[in-house]
Amino acid sequence: MQSENSPKKKKSIRYDKWGYLFIAPFFIIFIVFSLIPLGSTVYFSFFQYFRQGLKIIGPNFIGLANFVKLFQADLPQYLGNTLILWIVGFIPQIIISLLLAAWFTNERLHLRGQSFFKTVIYMPNLIMASAFAMLFFTLFSDNGPVNGFLQSAGILSEPFSFLSSVIGTRGLISFMNFLMWFGNTTILLMAAIMGVDPGLYEAAEIDGASFNQMFWRITIPLIRPIMAYVMITSLIGGLQMFDVPQILTNGFGTPDRTSTTMIMYLNNHMYSKNFGMAGAVSTVLFLICAVLCFIVYFIMTRDDDSAKKPRKGGAHK
Amino acid sequence: MKKARKITALVLALAMMMGTSLIATGCQKNETPVTPSKAAESVASSEAAPAPAAAEGKTLNIWVWNDEFQSRFNDYYPEVKEVAKDKSTTTLKDGTIVKWTINANANNNYQDKLDQALLAQDSAAADDKIDIFLVEADYALKYVNSDYTIDVKKDIGLTDSDLANQYKYTQDIVTDKNGALKGTTWQATPGLFAYRRSIAKAVLGTDDPTKVQEALSDWTKFDNVAKQASAKGYKMLSGFDDSYRTFSNNVSTPWVTDTTVNVDANIMKWVTQTKDYTTKNYNDKSILWDNKWQADQGPSGKVLGFFYSTWGINFTLLGNSLKTPTKEGGKEEVGNGAYGDYAVCQGPQGYYWGGTWICAAKGTDNVATIKNVMKTLTCDSTIMKKITTVTQDYTNNKSAMEELANSDFKSAFLGGQNHIKLFAAVAPTIDMSKAGAYDQGCNEAFQAAFHDYFNGTVDLAKAKANFEKAIKEKYPDLTAVKWPA
Repeated sequence: MQSENSPKKKKSIRYDKWGYLFIAPFFIIFIVFSLIPLGSTVYFSFFQYFRQGLKIIGPNFIGLANFVKLFQADLPQYLGNTLILWIVGFIPQIIISLLLAAWFTNERLHLRGQSFFKTVIYMPNLIMASAFAMLFFTLFSDNGPVNGFLQSAGILSEPFSFLSSVIGTRGLISFMNFLMWFGNTTILLMAAIMGVDPGLYEAAEIDGASFNQMFWRITIPLIRPIMAYVMITSLIGGLQMFDVPQILTNGFGTPDRTSTTMIMYLNNHMYSKNFGMAGAVSTVLFLICAVLCFIVYFIMTRDDDSAKKPRKGGAHK
Repeated sequence: MKKARKITALVLALAMMMGTSLIATGCQKNETPVTPSKAAESVASSEAAPAPAAAEGKTLNIWVWNDEFQSRFNDYYPEVKEVAKDKSTTTLKDGTIVKWTINANANNNYQDKLDQALLAQDSAAADDKIDIFLVEADYALKYVNSDYTIDVKKDIGLTDSDLANQYKYTQDIVTDKNGALKGTTWQATPGLFAYRRSIAKAVLGTDDPTKVQEALSDWTKFDNVAKQASAKGYKMLSGFDDSYRTFSNNVSTPWVTDTTVNVDANIMKWVTQTKDYTTKNYNDKSILWDNKWQADQGPSGKVLGFFYSTWGINFTLLGNSLKTPTKEGGKEEVGNGAYGDYAVCQGPQGYYWGGTWICAAKGTDNVATIKNVMKTLTCDSTIMKKITTVTQDYTNNKSAMEELANSDFKSAFLGGQNHIKLFAAVAPTIDMSKAGAYDQGCNEAFQAAFHDYFNGTVDLAKAKANFEKAIKEKYPDLTAVKWPA
């Protein structure tokens, strides 16, 4: 009998130990490669530390001077650019993804060739963003195919310089982001929708609900967690947007820096290995990201209470 | 079934791990920004070929930004035994392996990579140390005045008599504050105006270089011809930056003094002229090196001329003028596109454009080879004369160039013109005294900031502000920008 008690104690300790052992590698790597660099980035943001040609200047402690310089140098403008570029791409993305996800999972519609469509819409995500941007750069350049087509179709008499106009450049960047990510979002949302209990739909149909009502009253509220995930990851990705605008505008964010994103601005500082300013930009970006993500998270998950109300009163409407 | 699946999963996992570990160990991490508008290719730097594990000095590491010097070296250095198929290494007759490291030039990228490597030079392995690196006029002084280049005469061993035949200005710019010569070059780069013969005939009625030069001999006449060309449906220049160098080389102060950037009044003249040309449609609104600019030099272009210096004519214009590029089997001969339809004249103002200098890096272990390379490629009259005759590059050898200038040397590409004569007349007038270490960053940032102004996206004040912002980002130690009245 006693032997039963002691193995039990040993078993619980042993399980704990194994648990920690298995998650230890991840934490070690995370600390070494993510946490420590994060700490040193924030640390250096308080210093003046850059390389001028072959001389290294710093590190000299200058407190918040970097941050002050940052806000004087149009950081709000770059933040605005980043958010605009993200939103203009994200709104069509989420709308079309929801639509496609709803259609693909609707058994009534029974769309044919679904696997073909799913493969095709996911493909742009597999292309390297830089190659994609180069492609668009060539397509939409002044003597490129798009201008050639527009001219021969008589729509334009002179080539329209897409890359020298604010709307053109921003539109192209948002369009590219949309193309690259809507496949991924569709698949995710499809998975989310398929996780909803079909019994609910059947019950709603019996009560005479239309497709619209079912979509807005059942599907959307129940896939809120996934939507929150999609929004947050898209927001983080959007704030860190770099490769597409960098390649498309050759690093300049033309015209007039209206397409310069935060990370492009950070990259500019890396030319002179300016760890001070770059650290400041990174820290500010990190804080903004954290704040926005919290906001999104709380909006998305707080409404779960109010989501219950339509269900109760849904039958009457 | 379960077992089969387990085995498949295991095999796939192993394959993935092997794949990722190979990638991680095989390639060096690389951040070369891709530049869509750069014509000159640029391949990532690679450390692939392991150097033969022999005594010191068996590997000659040369850092460049394009393949211009690589071609000259491979074709004209007498000690070359064979060139690797992918051109990444060259083997010399004594067994030394030359490893080429190419980093794109635009946006200070080459300088950045070079600086990083030079700062680590002392701790690098003997076979990885940089032995030779090239510098451009736009930033030569930065390296010349540093400790990372060594004295060509004292440490490498070139004598005054070896160097006697070089143009003096090519030595002045790479002489440091203490009078030591830190680099040497095989080319001199006086600039000319290259025009399309057929278009000149249509606009001016003649394509004879002397008569065309009369019509373009100063800026007022140049502007007039622009008007005439436009009336006949042609453009005078291709892009915004085409005439930049003629203005930037004739300034009265260097770009940077201490920590202040001085924008010279002559450079503002470029801004005014280009804005004028753009509004009146005298130019084709292209940007230097982009696709449209290159296409304008070809048979379908309607542009009268291009400002080009010596290397530009053979390295860039020739290639762009062909209808069928050599890569697709086209030949460099009359009949292929605009080959033969170009000629050169002096243009409205004398100038130079760039130039590449060979510097030996401190800590090199191949002094003897470097001395030989420098001596044959930058001092030997016979070899340099051959380079000019074949490639039409203007070499840094006074006697060879004068010989060719006075001979009946004809350039088939330029419709039979002896352009060496014109270059030889301009070369002695080059003044590089205003060159500085910040030139590349300033030139590029200035041009980029004002493209928006020419396109009408921003006004002049905003363009100036944008330049100030950009230059302070590139060079954080600069504090102020002074504009002319």
